[in-house]
Order: sequence, then C-alpha cells, then structure tokens
Amino acid sequence: MARTATAPGVPTTPLGKAALEIDDRLIVAGPLRRTLNKVFPDHWSFLLGEIALYSFVILLLSGTYLTFYYDAAMTEVVYEGTYAPMRGLEMTAAYESTLKLSFDVRGGLFIRQLHHWAALLFVAAIVVHLLRIFFTGAFRRPRETNWLIGVALLVLSFAMGFTGYSLPDDLLSGTGLRIVSAIILSIPVVGTWVHWAVFDGDYVGEEILGRMYIVHVLIVPAILLGLIAVHLLMLVKQKHTQFPGPGRTEHNVVGNRLFPAFAVKAGGLFFIVFGVCAALGGLVQINPVWLWGPYNPAQVSAASQPDWYVMFLDGSTRLFPAWDINLPGNYTIPALFWPTVVLPGIIFTLLAAYPVIERKLTRDEASHHLLQRPRDVPVRTSLGMMALAFYIVLMFSGGNDVIAEKFDISLNAMTWAGRIGLVIVPPIVYLLTYRICLGLQKHDREVLEHGLETGVIRRLPHGEFIEVHQPLGPVDEHGHGQLAYGGAPVPKRMNQVGGARRAIRGFFSPIEEPARVELEQRRDEHGLSAAESRELTTSGRPSDGGRPQEPRD
Amino acid sequence: MSAPHTTPGSTGGSETPGPLHGGPDEEYTPERLATMTREELDLLGARYDGVQVLHVDPAPEPGSRVEKAAVRQVAMTFALAGLSAFAAFVVYAGSGWFLPDWQWDITEGGWSALFTPLIGGLGGLALTLVGVGMVLFTKKLLPHETAVQDKHDGSHFDRVTTGASLMGGLNTYGLARRKLITRSLVFMGGGVGLMLLMPLGGLIRNPNVGNPLGTTSWTEGMRLLRGDGSPIRPGDQQPGSLETVFPAVPGGNLESDAATMLIRLRPEQVSLERPREGQDDFGYGDYVAYSKICTHAGCPVSLYEQETSRILCPCHQSQFDVTQGAKPVFGPATRPLPQLPITVDDEGFFVARSDYIEAVGPTYWNRERI
Ligand code: HEM
Ligand code: FES
Repeated sequence: MARTATAPGVPTTPLGKAALEIDDRLIVAGPLRRTLNKVFPDHWSFLLGEIALYSFVILLLSGTYLTFYYDAAMTEVVYEGTYAPMRGLEMTAAYESTLKLSFDVRGGLFIRQLHHWAALLFVAAIVVHLLRIFFTGAFRRPRETNWLIGVALLVLSFAMGFTGYSLPDDLLSGTGLRIVSAIILSIPVVGTWVHWAVFDGDYVGEEILGRMYIVHVLIVPAILLGLIAVHLLMLVKQKHTQFPGPGRTEHNVVGNRLFPAFAVKAGGLFFIVFGVCAALGGLVQINPVWLWGPYNPAQVSAASQPDWYVMFLDGSTRLFPAWDINLPGNYTIPALFWPTVVLPGIIFTLLAAYPVIERKLTRDEASHHLLQRPRDVPVRTSLGMMALAFYIVLMFSGGNDVIAEKFDISLNAMTWAGRIGLVIVPPIVYLLTYRICLGLQKHDREVLEHGLETGVIRRLPHGEFIEVHQPLGPVDEHGHGQLAYGGAPVPKRMNQVGGARRAIRGFFSPIEEPARVELEQRRDEHGLSAAESRELTTSGRPSDGGRPQEPRD
Repeated sequence: MSAPHTTPGSTGGSETPGPLHGGPDEEYTPERLATMTREELDLLGARYDGVQVLHVDPAPEPGSRVEKAAVRQVAMTFALAGLSAFAAFVVYAGSGWFLPDWQWDITEGGWSALFTPLIGGLGGLALTLVGVGMVLFTKKLLPHETAVQDKHDGSHFDRVTTGASLMGGLNTYGLARRKLITRSLVFMGGGVGLMLLMPLGGLIRNPNVGNPLGTTSWTEGMRLLRGDGSPIRPGDQQPGSLETVFPAVPGGNLESDAATMLIRLRPEQVSLERPREGQDDFGYGDYVAYSKICTHAGCPVSLYEQETSRILCPCHQSQFDVTQGAKPVFGPATRPLPQLPITVDDEGFFVARSDYIEAVGPTYWNRERI
C-alpha cells in the first residue's frame, strides 16, 4: 500500500504524525480503540472494588516511602532521639526506627498514619465489595473464579495487615505477635515444628521481624499485584455485570464508554480516595506507638485492641470455652486451636465454596450477567445476613472489655451474652431478613398491579372514598397493571415517574428557564407514556379525577 | 496474493499483506474514511467494537448561563485544590525556615503539634478537590451518553481450531506411545521438584531437642530481681501487693517466659489458701510466686484484684485465683499459672528453689509428655 504525501488519511498535524510513528511500530490503534470504547455500567456499588484498588495503590506508594527509614533489626539499642520521654530507654532497632520515622523525619508521621488509614480502608473496601458481590449474585457462573481470587485477596490483605501491624515492635504489636506464637503452638502434632520454622526457635528469637518484613513488603504485595491483575483482566474479559433495567439483557452491557467520561470519573474517585486517606493521616492520630512503649514480654497495655478486621478472631478467642482435649498418650489439643485456626478455616472455606454450594443446591448452572436484587433471592440474602450477624457478634465480643467498662457491665456477663448471642442472634436475623425480603417483594408486585399511591382521595358517587392510584403501564379492564416484575427497581413515589418537574438549576438565582426544563423533560420521558404522566404533573392532580381505577379490593 | 517464495535467501513470504490483518481496510478505503466526519468515524469504530451509542444527553449549550456556571464551579474547585496544595507545600518546606520548627518538642502544643495535621489536612483537601473537580467536570460539562456493548459467547470455530492445534502438537510429542520417556519424566519431575524445595529444609528445626518450651532461666538459688535489678526481702512488700520479678541473669527482664509475679497474700487470703497438690511448700510464708505468662495465649497477666484474689489477663479475660494455686476460674484459659517454688537465701533475699516444674505459657500438643 504505497503512500504519498498527498494520500488521503495521512496525518498532517504533529500529534497525528507522532501517533502514526508509534502505530507503525507497535500496531496499537486497534486495541486502544477497543479499550476506549469499552462500556462500563454505572452504579454506585460498582465503585467499591475501585476504592479497594485505589487504596492498594496508595498503600504501595506510602509503604515504599516507609521502607526508606524502617529497619527490621531486633538488636537492642538505647534511644537517643528527639522524643524526650523515651531517651535512655532500651528498645529494638525496629522500634527505634519507627520512632525516628515519627519524630525525626519531616512528614514521616504523616506518611505512617496515611499508610495505616489506607490499610484500614483497603480491608474495609474489600469486605464491602465482597458483600455487594455476594448479595447481588455477581459471583454466579461465569464469575466463580473471580470470586475465588477475591477471597484469596481478602485473606492476603489480612496477612498484610497482621505483618504490617507487627513491624513497629511496640508493646501492642508485640502482644499480638505473642498471641500468634501461641496460636501456632496450638496446632496439633506439627504446632511446635511450625513455630520453630517460623520463629527460628522459641518465641521470640531474632529472625521473626526480618521475616515478617520481607513478607510484608515483597512476598505478599507481589502476590496481591498478580492476583489483582488477573482479577481485573478477568473482569475485562468477562465484561461487567449490570442490574436489570430498560434495554439491559444477558447479552449486552449498558453504560458509559471508558473514554471520555468514565475515565475522568474513575480518576476523580482515585483522587478523592487519596485525599480522604491523606486527610485522615494528617488529622486523625492512629497507632501512636510512642505512647505504647517498646515491647516487653512482661508488660501489656490495658484494652489492647487489634485493628478492626482482626477483632472477630479476638472475640471468638474470648468466647470459646476452656476446653482442652486430652488424647491418650498425653497429647493435648489446646482450646486455643478451635477459635483461632479451625473457625477462620471454616469461615473462609465456606466463603470460597459458596458459589459452588449455591450452584449445587439450586441446580442453576446457567451463565448470569444480570445481577439480582437481594430481595428477590431471600434465602441467599438471609444466609448472608446471618453470617454477617455471626461476624458482628464476634467483633463486638472482641471489644467486650471496653464495652463492659464503658457501660459498667460485668465482664463475665458480657462473655456469656456473647456466647449465647452467637447461637441465637444469627437464626433470628435469618428469619427477620427473610420476612423483610418477602415484604419488599410483595410491595413491588402490589405497585405493579395497582399503581402508585398519588395521595389524592376521591369520593365516588355512592359516597365511598378511594385513593387514586397511578398505574405504571397499561391496565386491563379491572384497572390492574399488566407490567411483569423484571428484577429492576419499581418506582414507589410519584416524583420518580415525573410527578414533579426537576429542580431548576442555580444556587442564588435560577440559571435555566423553567419552560425549557419542562420541554427537555417532556422530550426524554423514559418508560412512561408521556401523555399519561403529563396529565398528573401539570395540575398536580388527575384532571378527570382519576384514571380508570376500580376501587381497590 | 502471489504464491509464497521458497527460494533460499528470499523472505519466504508474500510481498503484500494478506487479507487477515487489522480493520476492514478493504471496505473502508482511506479515500472513503477521509470523507467522514470525526463523529462518524468515532461511531463507526465503536460499532466495529460492538458498541452502539443509544442516546446522548447533550452537554450544556456553549455560552449558556448553565455552562458558564458549571465552568466557574469546576475552575474554582481546581483553583482551590491548587491553593491548598501550595499551602501544604509551604508548611512542609517552610517549617524550620521562616515558620517555626516542625520537630516534636516537650511543650505538646505549638507548631510541632500542628505540622502533621496541616500537611495532611491541606494535602488531603487538595487531592479531594482534584477528585471533586474531575467528577463535577464529567457531570456538568460532558455530554452523558448511554452506550450499549454486545457480550459475545465463546466461538465454536475458535474452540475447534485451537483444540486441533493443541492436540495435534501434543500428538507429535508422542508421549502416550513413548512410555519410557513419560516414566523418566515423572521420575525427573519428582527429583527436580524435591531439589528445588530443598533449601526450605533449612527452616526446619527440631523443637524437641532439650526442652526449650518447658524450661526457663530460673534455677536453684537464683535471686528474684525487680525490673530495676534489685533483689527483694520478705519485709519489702505490703500484704496484698504484687511485684513482677525476673531471674538474675543478664537480660532476664526481657526473657519471654521467665517473668514471674511475687505476691504477698493478706492474712485472710492465707487462711483460705489451698495450693495445688504437691505444691504446699512452694510459697514462702505469706508469699507465693506464679508465672506471669498466661496459660491461654501467653499474654502477661497483670491486673491483680486483691479483694477477690483474682488475677485477670487483659487479652481474653481469663481469671486466675491466687488462693487456689492460680487455678483458672473464668475465661478461656484451661490451666493454672505454674508456681515457682521460692525460699530465702542466707542474706535474706528471695531465691528460686528450682525452675518451674512444668512448662509455662500456652498449651501445645506434647506439653504433657516432656
Ligand atoms: C485487593 C482487593 C480487591 C480489588 C482491588 C478488587 C477490585 C475489583 C474491581 C475494581 C472490580 C470492578 C468493580 C466492581 O465490580 O466493584 C472488581 C470486580 C469483582 N470482584 Fe473484586 N477486588 C478486590 C477484592 C475482591 C473480593 C474480596 C472479592 C470476593 C470475595 C472480589 C470479587 C469480585 C468479583 C466476583 C468481581 C466481578 C464483579 C462483576 O463483574 O460484577 N473482589 N474487583
Ligand atoms: S492470653 Fe490470657 S486470656 Fe488469652
């Protein structure tokens, strides 16, 4: 294909020429266009995964800065830094370097706190993202693999949280590490062997901080990066799910193209997440290690509390009764083993296996790209709420000493309340959720059949009062709506179907003309037949005193 | 297309591109594309990617009051973001130069207490405003288009052809037939795999050499020292008080399993005291010494409530009764705190009579066996 300088389509601008140079070498125009044109559905709950992604980026950036100063050595040194209350105190080099970061590095404290806040947000975003995937059924075929990767990401983010929390080697993190050492020892048969492998001997040894450091900054982040990449590639490949709605089917995606709008919005979200983490990191103190003091196995600070996502394990440990199992041959399975190893093992296994379990139980083998509203799948929704209730009881039990103190309840009572609550609250939540789901379903059907309440009361010739209902679509001879439920939200108020004109823009004075807004709205009336709704909106009441309703039965 | 050249030295292929490349260039010649507008080209490309733009809510009309207001709003947001970012920079760079020093000082107030909140607050505000500005920009100034993209199922053609390539290729390996190779491969895989994992063996160490979990540094005649290294005489403590003591070895106060509580019982506690079997003589007078390491998960138990004679562990609230041989009376701990047998040496200072007679700290699999 010979080209001459005058041939059509040959770029003339410098930008065009540069682009041509690149495409001649890399042949990227095709893939780039496909990327720009990719359609993303628009729903606030789809941003949760993005928030997790962005906080991960922030963690990578801030964490890298921290490595410039942090020193994972466990050698004992004497503190001589800026923080006067600790001068002359013996501590590990790791703790000293953390103090240095907090007091002697310009802005170091800010970055430390930013990192910690971003970590909390990261885990929170993953958990909420997971809940949205669960409750909307986004994990169903063909997305089971991505669900599994998600669970792996969640577990790994716990690992990141724990190892990171332990690095400063302050009194709080040291106590956490001690408990983990006990948990490892509690594993039957191999516990002591595993402990010796992990700690290079008895607790605490000299190696553990260095090992956790490399796990925290290299091994797990590398795995996370890889898994997130696969997670997102799979998302692109399988395309995003969407909620049912006008024009949305199992075979398409309705939304915005990546470029120009979606990319700018996503970028905006990144900056907002970054900004919120930075503001928290500056304004809200977190983990002030200089108040806890250096780790000493003989000391503990009262009300030592782990980060929020570990609290449920602390709670299960507090609630589990003192049941050592003594086996013949003088072997023991320590009580600690059940709430700290077996319970999380079961929880995460169930979580990972849930898509398969549901598929087996419902025999639903089909591919799904349309999401479900939680109310339409009452069993799953109730199961999820039940699991959540179980988790929340455990989480509160993790802080039961604080609650006991604040509200002046006996600790023993709190422990028993937790034990009993763990057994009875989840089933109650299950039943309640189930009822609520059915109630919501019923209301949707009712509106579809009888129409919206207009708030207009009308007196019939024979004296009976009825409320006028606005049907959402065509009606049969009894005035009953003929629209079937399609899994999408049903409008419940007149304003949602154009009962009122939208507000005129302008803060101090109107910057639009009301007539134009009216016109514009009339133009893009979706779903409803314009004439029908217009009658109601112009005068604020049905012109002929009511559409063709029969009195409701 | 001409036939491929096979003569040595030629490129071996056709000189003109075949039909199976890139876009539909045959149909859309450069001449034809040159006649289309930019918008048409955009939609054409989108259609080629399975995307159809259904409907566009136009952006506010250029020059309209709505547009002007939105532009002002977005520009204002970005300007504020810049302002706030510059302010954060000034605080960061200016502290200790024309602003007071940022470093921590004992006064607990002043500039050093403001430095971190200021850079975080201003920096965070700047970044948030950048984000808000971008979102406002798309919401208020860009047209809102609704597009729909097709989702494709896997193609049968792709599956069959890929399968053929794979299976055909594997077939040429002939491993199913050449059993000897298959077997040697399995053997080799085992060996090489083991060899690659071998270095991890360095991590494995035997926990049962000696009795590291069952012993501490306490030995017969070793003094009980306070945290500051001073020894203790029976007269030193008030009845009802507790002192944390350590073995008199270098670094004894940092050992992870040696920390011990020396408790002087009150007279009424002494009368109630029921030590564990065979440990009646472990105390000395009204003094008893118990391990400080919780038998549940190893936290230091530390809260001594003398009215109830209970020691509470702050980690999971196990409670131990000091008058009953430190038996657990509530919470998840299953075993009493081990008791250190104590006496007094010829100078009148407390010493241990031996090491603990059982393992201190959390339970493990073979604890009862060692
Ligand atoms: C590091 C943590 C994670 C990151 C960065 C991340 C990121 C994302 C993003 C950006 C999306 C697209 C937007 C969305 O649907 O919300 C997504 C989709 C998805 N995520 Fe995650 N995610 C993480 C953890 C998880 C977890 C814990 C699970 C579940 C256990 C999970 C399961 C899924 C699934 C099944 C999809 C596809 C959803 C769909 O197409 O509607 N992810 N992820
Ligand atoms: S460590 Fe003492 S109760 Fe758990």
